[in-house]
Amino acid sequence: MEVPENGTSASLRYAFGNVLSFFILILIGVLAFSIRLFSVIKYESVIHEFDPYFNYRVTQYLTKKGIYEFWNWFDDRTWYPLGRVIGGTVYPGLTLTAGSIWWLVNSLNIPLSVETVCVFTAPIFSAIASWATYLLTKEVKGTGAGLTAAAILAMVPSYISRSVAGSYDNEAVAIFALIFTFYLYVKTLNTGSLFYATLNALAYFYMVCSWGGYTFIINLIPMHVLLCIVTGRYSPRLYIAYAPLVILGTLLASLVPVVGFNAVMTSEHFASFLVFIIIHVVAFVYYVKGLLSPKMFKVAVALVVSVGMVVCCAVVAVLVALVASSPTKGWSGRSLSLLDPTYASKYIPIIASVSEHQPPTWPSYFMDINVLAFLVPAGIIACFLPLSDASCFVVLYIVTSVYFSGVMVRLMLVLAPAACIMSGIALSQAFDVLTRSVKFQLPGVSGNLQSGAGDTTSSTTVTPSDVVKTEKQPPTDNSEDTIKERTSKKKKKKEKEHVEKVSLKSQIQKRLLVLPLDTSIIGILLLVLLGAFYVVHCVWAAAEAYSAPSIVLTSHSHDGLHVFDDFREAYAWLSHNTEVDDKVASWWDYGYQTTAMANRTVIVDNNTWNNTHIATVGTAMSSPEKAAWEIFNSLDVKYVLVVFGGLVGYPSDDINKFLWMVRIGGGVFPHIKEPDYLRDGQYRIDSQATSTMLNCLMYKLAYYRFVETDGKGFDRVRRTEIGKKHFKLTHFEEVFTTHHWMVRIYKLKPPKNRIRGKAKKSKSVSKGSTATSLKRSGGRKRNPWH
Amino acid sequence: MGFRFNLFLFLIAMLSTPVLSDLILAKVDRRIDLTSQIVRITSVLKVENAGTDVVSEVLFALPEYQSKNLVFMQAFPNGGKGKTKASTTSLPFQVVNPEGMPPALTFYSVSLPKGLSKGESFTFDVFVVFTHSLRPFPEEITQADSQIVLFQDSAYYLSPYEVKVQSLTVTLPSARVESYTKLHNTKHVDSEIKYGPYEKLPPFSYSPIVIHFENNRPFAVAQQLVREIEISHWGNIQVTEHYNLVHGGAQNKGGFSRLDYQVRAHVRGSSSFRHLTAKLPPRARSVYYRDEIGNISTSHLWGDSRKTELEIEPRYPMFGGWRTSFTIGYGLPLKDFLFESGKKRFLNITFGCPIDDVVVNNLIVKVVLPEGSKDISVATPFVVKQSQEVKYSHLDIAGRPVVVLEKTNVVPEHNVHFQVYYKFNTLSLLREPLMLISGFFLLFITCIVYMHADITISKSSPSYLAKLQWDEVQAAIQQFRSSINRCLVVHDKLEASLRDLSRTGDVQSCKAARKAADGSLKELAKELKPLLAFLQSSPQATQLWPKVEELVAKEREMQEKLMLKHSTVVDSYEKKSGVRDIENRIASLQQKLVALRQDVDELLEFLDEI
Repeated sequence: MEVPENGTSASLRYAFGNVLSFFILILIGVLAFSIRLFSVIKYESVIHEFDPYFNYRVTQYLTKKGIYEFWNWFDDRTWYPLGRVIGGTVYPGLTLTAGSIWWLVNSLNIPLSVETVCVFTAPIFSAIASWATYLLTKEVKGTGAGLTAAAILAMVPSYISRSVAGSYDNEAVAIFALIFTFYLYVKTLNTGSLFYATLNALAYFYMVCSWGGYTFIINLIPMHVLLCIVTGRYSPRLYIAYAPLVILGTLLASLVPVVGFNAVMTSEHFASFLVFIIIHVVAFVYYVKGLLSPKMFKVAVALVVSVGMVVCCAVVAVLVALVASSPTKGWSGRSLSLLDPTYASKYIPIIASVSEHQPPTWPSYFMDINVLAFLVPAGIIACFLPLSDASCFVVLYIVTSVYFSGVMVRLMLVLAPAACIMSGIALSQAFDVLTRSVKFQLPGVSGNLQSGAGDTTSSTTVTPSDVVKTEKQPPTDNSEDTIKERTSKKKKKKEKEHVEKVSLKSQIQKRLLVLPLDTSIIGILLLVLLGAFYVVHCVWAAAEAYSAPSIVLTSHSHDGLHVFDDFREAYAWLSHNTEVDDKVASWWDYGYQTTAMANRTVIVDNNTWNNTHIATVGTAMSSPEKAAWEIFNSLDVKYVLVVFGGLVGYPSDDINKFLWMVRIGGGVFPHIKEPDYLRDGQYRIDSQATSTMLNCLMYKLAYYRFVETDGKGFDRVRRTEIGKKHFKLTHFEEVFTTHHWMVRIYKLKPPKNRIRGKAKKSKSVSKGSTATSLKRSGGRKRNPWH
Repeated sequence: MGFRFNLFLFLIAMLSTPVLSDLILAKVDRRIDLTSQIVRITSVLKVENAGTDVVSEVLFALPEYQSKNLVFMQAFPNGGKGKTKASTTSLPFQVVNPEGMPPALTFYSVSLPKGLSKGESFTFDVFVVFTHSLRPFPEEITQADSQIVLFQDSAYYLSPYEVKVQSLTVTLPSARVESYTKLHNTKHVDSEIKYGPYEKLPPFSYSPIVIHFENNRPFAVAQQLVREIEISHWGNIQVTEHYNLVHGGAQNKGGFSRLDYQVRAHVRGSSSFRHLTAKLPPRARSVYYRDEIGNISTSHLWGDSRKTELEIEPRYPMFGGWRTSFTIGYGLPLKDFLFESGKKRFLNITFGCPIDDVVVNNLIVKVVLPEGSKDISVATPFVVKQSQEVKYSHLDIAGRPVVVLEKTNVVPEHNVHFQVYYKFNTLSLLREPLMLISGFFLLFITCIVYMHADITISKSSPSYLAKLQWDEVQAAIQQFRSSINRCLVVHDKLEASLRDLSRTGDVQSCKAARKAADGSLKELAKELKPLLAFLQSSPQATQLWPKVEELVAKEREMQEKLMLKHSTVVDSYEKKSGVRDIENRIASLQQKLVALRQDVDELLEFLDEI
């Protein structure tokens, strides 16, 4: 409706629009960055949770020793006595990214510590990810949708949960890499430029470096290509977008040590090769079709199809045989659990034991993507209105990611960008329609718009009102509703005819989508309300739900904020008051933190690459004291660390995780049987608990002298009194317990001197020792100064 | 230990014959303060010259086992009974090695303010501080035990001179004493043990005493403390202190039970310490307390106009032998510590550790001066090891000069001011902001240049030529659109004149408006001609051409209809026909016009989107 005076003003308007969207993008980046700083403001600038500590440690190593040492790093401080080849088993993208940021900053003589860089890597990359979302959505549906999608992604709770400041995990950069790869793919698809195709392969390489989720890309893009081919949307652009990606991408991917030959050997990648063959066949067919006459072509098709079927069958048979010959049928456990949600819990307890590998619940959808869940269908419809290659890619993306998020909570993260793009499209289209209908019908607005550009204000304001008058006249003249309808129908028909004449698709929509004024104003208000609700929810999620670093816990009581800093207390104690080469055994959850914060060798950690080793620790924890001591002693363990929340009510402690230890231990060592620890199928630690349970090491280490705190031994997590209250440890010795008893560290007592051959004497000796210990305690009591 | 004492006595007996000078000590009062881990001995000496020569130096002897732990020594004249330390200046002293003296003793020669002639006397105080002189015994204790330490010294004042009257008072932290050496004239009252007075003892008299007593005061020893003082002339002095702390008392054995510690903390953990207090300068701001794994939340800060007190609590209670490390940092206002004298500026700040009763085994003070400082010199009240290094910090190029001062065995008595003098040009302050500004300026300039420069490699490639042509077409379309728009404006003017006519009935002005409109429309049509010709011929515009053509046709039609409407209305006005009549006559025209107008708008928008 704007009537610019001349060409310069129009270009000025474009420039203004560009500058405006540039500033909006900058603001979106600032928003994405700053909404993730709640954790720093509310807590402190510290690395969060478990995996980030490992990444932090690797980054420290990288910055200290350099890239070559990093590739060759054999870490002997974990998985004792096996060790772990870090360089070859880690996705290096995040580490290298943070390492190069650190290097850049320090070469400019800005003294930032590695920790600071690591803490702020995730927020920086979420800002970049929202810009990538803008680019992708812009390719699909234009600038408006792009800006909306970017703004939505900047604060989507699901992504915030993995990228708050301090959450230094692979996902932080991987989501950016994912979106950016998709953007470049769509860009290549739209332009057919080989330049973007190459960039796309590089972006894919970065994604492979960053996260195991790259298999999602290498399966989704072939699916889209296949869809395009099947629906007859094959074009040379599609070929350019896909073929270089497969070749270059696979070559680059196999450069990453952790992927290596998996890029061609495992079945996650087979789909891409299959589609690669298909696209070549199709390209060939199109080429031949151009050469031959239609008749000849039909003959040739019949010939080729019959031969091709035979070849295909043979190839498929070979493939199936190859896949079937490998033990897990060529699929890794995590991927298999994607296809069959019940797979993990059936076969791999170690995967099932991680809470983020569980299927999500409905509330978690509302929590993580909030109103986007309602906007997504609208977005899908909007994508179909003119269905392009790009929009059908986005539709495919959302559909597959919805499925995957339904399998694993963790993959909600992949759904989030898709949902943001869809909602961005939906919102922007809705606003587009509503504001346009307001503009069409509001004389003042359109008049103002014109008067802003036109030079004769009086005339311009008058003409549209005349138009409106004339438009409105027929309906007002007719009093009966039916006639109204008819006339409006007629009008519509007329308009349709017009449109056909003009033959512009967008114009059809415009005409059809003009809504009544009040409806559209109410619609706008409701959409703004919806958006406001979303923003409020996101800020709440960022500030309250996802900002806790989980190594520091806080609780609000009547006398103010109470801080539980027990984990770091224990790690600091370990790091300062034990020998450098002492081995610390704990459940694998705390492995990364122990190596990173306490700098002590651990037996198992969160990498969980060796199930037997974890099962050994699980067995030790679920064995009686003496057997456990023997296991630990054989592993050269000096300290055992257990997490106990019973005193302050910290629910995710080792007692609650204990059944997994039993299960994983029992999976390898059959003498550990889960039913022995359950009373009538119930897991309990009160007086009804089985004696196996009450005598296992975990129970004893957790509840040692617990009864003396309140005289009853009331466990605040399980809300019950513990079953066995007074007991002594014979093979372990308490060396440290933190302020709130959340971490308890025990030392293995050295083996007793054995007197050979004389059992009786040894008995008497043991009696004597108890006697002396009694004496000692008596001596304590008699101490006059105490 | 006994063996060593015997050796001492032997040596002393053998060598005690030569008398150094004719000085005698008329009165010696010693007070040994054992209330903390640091041993502080104050001796009040009254020297008398019994000989004839004028004497200006007095010797002060320490046995080897004490001299190796000696960390601080000060002698000052005692002005009468009341101790007026503040008014007096300390007496200079130095280590001497007089001939014929036992080698196991270290002698310090104190210079008197003026020489003593015969019969004159002079009273002065000697204040010495020892660290690591309290030996825990037993060396390992459990959590429940309290810490018992041994201290040894001589009951008699060890001096190369004859001592007429002397006494010794030992102050202990508590009344609980396991044992102490009993000589004649020994009294134990509460937390004090008194030896003496003893009279007329020959030179080098020595009588070892050992006191075995309870001392649960914190034995906090910082094995290393690095203090970094960074001066910023923007108004801040940033002090960062890295501590490596250890409990230097009896080793803890047999684990640590939190239960015992929590239920009966005073009894089951008496040898441990939980918190330390750092006395920071007033107006200290942004204080932090952390270690390498993050902030330590257990600290409290108070402040008033004279001091800031920071109470820090390590992550865990410190038992014997336990270690910890942490960092304290704070900012101080520049004007409180930086002064100018002549052309030079100088920093005047305390040297030692701000935490009470901490012994620092190795203190490193680094003063980071701003980049571009020159002529650096340091003035310290005691001997320290000096060196210089360079530190690179925020956007430095040449680096900042750093003065490194090292000193071992630092006690709170060392917490005195020292000065670092340097020259610094205030203009250098602006360098870094200017660097940043020019950096961003260059960045923007490069962006602008990049946006405007044509960096195509091949100027003859078809895609490049196509792009150029496309640009031309776009410019032409742009012009075309603007002319069409101007046409529309003219149309609007005509409409407006009609409205005026209906209001005023002024036919003449309406006609004039029509004439003007006719003229301008003709002009515009002239303008359009070359553009249309170009668009028709251009191969890039083939797709657009039908639209353009359509637009031109629509616009023509609209013009005609409008003119028709105009003339009809004007005619009817001239004929003075009724308003309704006119409306009826032009209704069909009006509808067509509206439809055309919309079509034109749509076409324009379509072109707009290109």
